[in-house]
Amino acid sequence: MESQDDLHEALREGVAAVCSQFDDAYWRDLDERHEFPWKFYEAMAEGGWMGVAMPTEYGGGGLGITEASIVLEEVAASGAAMNGCSALHLSMFGMNPLVKHGSEALREAYVPRIVDGSLHVAFGVTEPDAGTDTTKITTRATRVGDTYVVRGSKVWMTKASLCEKVLLLVRTTPIDEVVRRTDGLTLLFADLQRPEVNIRAIPKVGRNAVVSCEVTFDDLEVPVDHRVGEEGQGFKYLLDGLNPERILVAAEALGIGRASIRKAVDYANERVVYGSPIGSNQGIAFPLAEAYARLHAATLVVREAGARYDDGLSCGEQANMAKYLAADAAFAAADQAMQTFGGFGYALEYDVSRYWREARLMKIAPVPQEMILNYLAEHVLGLPRSY
Amino acid sequence: MAMNIVVCVKQIPDPADPGELDPNTKTLKRDVKLILDEADSYGVEMALQLVDAAGGGEVTLVSMAPDDEVGGIRTALAMGAAKAVLVSDEALVGSDALGTAKVLAKAIERAGDADLVITATESSDGYTGTVPEQVAELLGLPSITFAKSIEVDGNTIKVKRQTEAGYDDVEAPTPAVISVTAGVVEPRYPSFKGIMAAKSKPVDEVTVADLGLDADAVGWAGARQEIVEIATAETREAGTIIEDEGEGYAQIVDFLADLKVI
Ligand SMILES: Cc1cc2nc3c(=O)[nH]c(=O)nc-3n(C[C@H](O)[C@H](O)[C@H](O)COP(=O)(O)OP(=O)(O)OC[C@H]3O[C@@H](n4cnc5c(N)ncnc54)[C@H](O)[C@@H]3O)c2cc1C
Ligand SMILES: Cc1cc2nc3c(=O)[nH]c(=O)nc-3n(C[C@H](O)[C@H](O)[C@H](O)COP(=O)(O)OP(=O)(O)OC[C@H]3O[C@@H](n4cnc5c(N)ncnc54)[C@H](O)[C@@H]3O)c2cc1C
Repeated sequence: MESQDDLHEALREGVAAVCSQFDDAYWRDLDERHEFPWKFYEAMAEGGWMGVAMPTEYGGGGLGITEASIVLEEVAASGAAMNGCSALHLSMFGMNPLVKHGSEALREAYVPRIVDGSLHVAFGVTEPDAGTDTTKITTRATRVGDTYVVRGSKVWMTKASLCEKVLLLVRTTPIDEVVRRTDGLTLLFADLQRPEVNIRAIPKVGRNAVVSCEVTFDDLEVPVDHRVGEEGQGFKYLLDGLNPERILVAAEALGIGRASIRKAVDYANERVVYGSPIGSNQGIAFPLAEAYARLHAATLVVREAGARYDDGLSCGEQANMAKYLAADAAFAAADQAMQTFGGFGYALEYDVSRYWREARLMKIAPVPQEMILNYLAEHVLGLPRSY
Repeated sequence: MAMNIVVCVKQIPDPADPGELDPNTKTLKRDVKLILDEADSYGVEMALQLVDAAGGGEVTLVSMAPDDEVGGIRTALAMGAAKAVLVSDEALVGSDALGTAKVLAKAIERAGDADLVITATESSDGYTGTVPEQVAELLGLPSITFAKSIEVDGNTIKVKRQTEAGYDDVEAPTPAVISVTAGVVEPRYPSFKGIMAAKSKPVDEVTVADLGLDADAVGWAGARQEIVEIATAETREAGTIIEDEGEGYAQIVDFLADLKVI
């Protein structure tokens, strides 16, 4: 087995084999009960899948974003969709700043436990008044001796109620005291399960097996040695991870698109109305064919972006396009699956509505489609910045 | 004490997408992607467990397949087997069960001294269920079939051999050829590390000549069996559907009583 393609094929099969134990009924049930997919998470951790792209010295596989994106695409495509991906995503890649910029002591203490799945980690950037405009965050960390004292609130922190630790973006220098708005932001690796931290689940439209939370910090102390990298450089560390993050999210979207088309095609072949399978109507068949073609086109851009990143080439343009096209194609596929199922699509029992709700998320988080277009307009096309 | 085990693994077209029969030769077309026969995944798992229990040794795979196919071998290597011997040769096209057994027997010898040879009871695509006994005969080794569990005690192999009523306890000296029943162990899924490690595990690719076999003894030339006819199985009649409106159980009891099964 020498070629890359063979390895990728083997990885796909390996992930699919694990996921085959967790069918649509499993995900539907957890989604309805708002319960974390522990068995799935443990099976993936036990198989070593969490560490695919983590450095080998911490027990990972040392592979690239391409391979990590293949793993997450297959998870989503199995029907696990974002409930499956979000259970793993933060561990597989979200901690990139810690891996790249954390002190040796921090890395040694925590990265192996992220890889083996025993340490659950969250990512806290978004705030009620600062989403896409990250530099506007107001969560403050004030240095007192050898600790930072953290005060403020975050929203949408995924898995917060289950996690021991969070990679937290805080302001260490107020925005009116810095030269550039991007200065004065710092990353801390903080505890979450502490009396000073208040965590509340946000009721949401979908992806309900994995909770996202509103979290307030009421003078939480974080030791200075749990700072990731240098003080004031947090924003720069986050930027490092943006492109690979987009590639992974794009791959997850591809998986949902595949699951949606698969379900829709099966149903279109089986469901007989007016004496023939509904798929024999071009009104049903063409949109599915088109969804398939668009998904394939997006797949090629996702692969291109991944390959460029792994080869150390610039990939901002490709990663952004990949995320935009994949989220768009995935939602279109899921929406067409809904249409194909007619009234039954609206019933939870047929799973396509779950894909549809989760595919919709891909157009919003972690970065909305508009901000991708902003990037392309400004940085690729050279148009004036509009905001 | 280290245990070295050879496991015969057949690589077959994916039963979910089996391809078609060649109308001329009446055999299955094998130009599709081949995968590890699920029937053999039990043997691989059992062998890995036995090596583990012995505290040393290794599992070697033996497979005969067209076009240097390694798809299924790779899966078994990822599960934990150490290496493989793959026999692939144009001259093998048309091999019947005995031809296959001759090739496997030679390949097993090439794999080195084995304490145990494990096969499945029958393959999922050909399922003549005759290859293991023929291999044993050709190697001059004892043959135990339908094993549901294997235990090694010094130079003795103790097998629980499945029967209709239960099982028989059977023993043989090592080395022996044992065919295992499907479903008796839970085959592990290849882990990520296993898949990565499989990349660099050696696959010894050999031809009929490398095995010292005469091309006339195998393939169409050597086949003594002939497939006379193939026909589609009769479609089964639709069963009786009992709608349960509270009394369903009574109808089922009556139905079974009519069949005299209860
Ligand atoms: C399920 C879920 C899980 C999440 N998990 C996490 C997590 O774990 N950690 C975390 O930190 N965050 C998380 N998020 C937050 C997510 O990253 C943000 O919701 C996202 O970045 C958008 O921010 P916002 O909601 O504040 O949108 P806003 O910034 O308020 O934007 C609102 C809308 O206006 C548009 N808009 C804004 N400015 C412009 C402009 N200049 N031009 C054009 N359009 C513009 C945006 O595109 C968007 O459509 C999660 C969100 C969800 C829904
Ligand atoms: C005239 C004739 C021509 C044929 N031509 C062809 C042909 O061209 N191509 C073709 O593929 N088949 C051909 N076949 C079918 C072929 O003979 C059988 O598939 C093959 O001999 C194995 O038989 P089986 O699958 O029934 O084995 P079984 O006896 O059911 O297998 C039992 C176990 O033996 C082991 N085993 C069997 N075969 C292999 C193998 N190849 N490698 C490793 N382990 C193995 C496995 O553990 C298997 O589970 C032909 C058959 C006949 C009669």
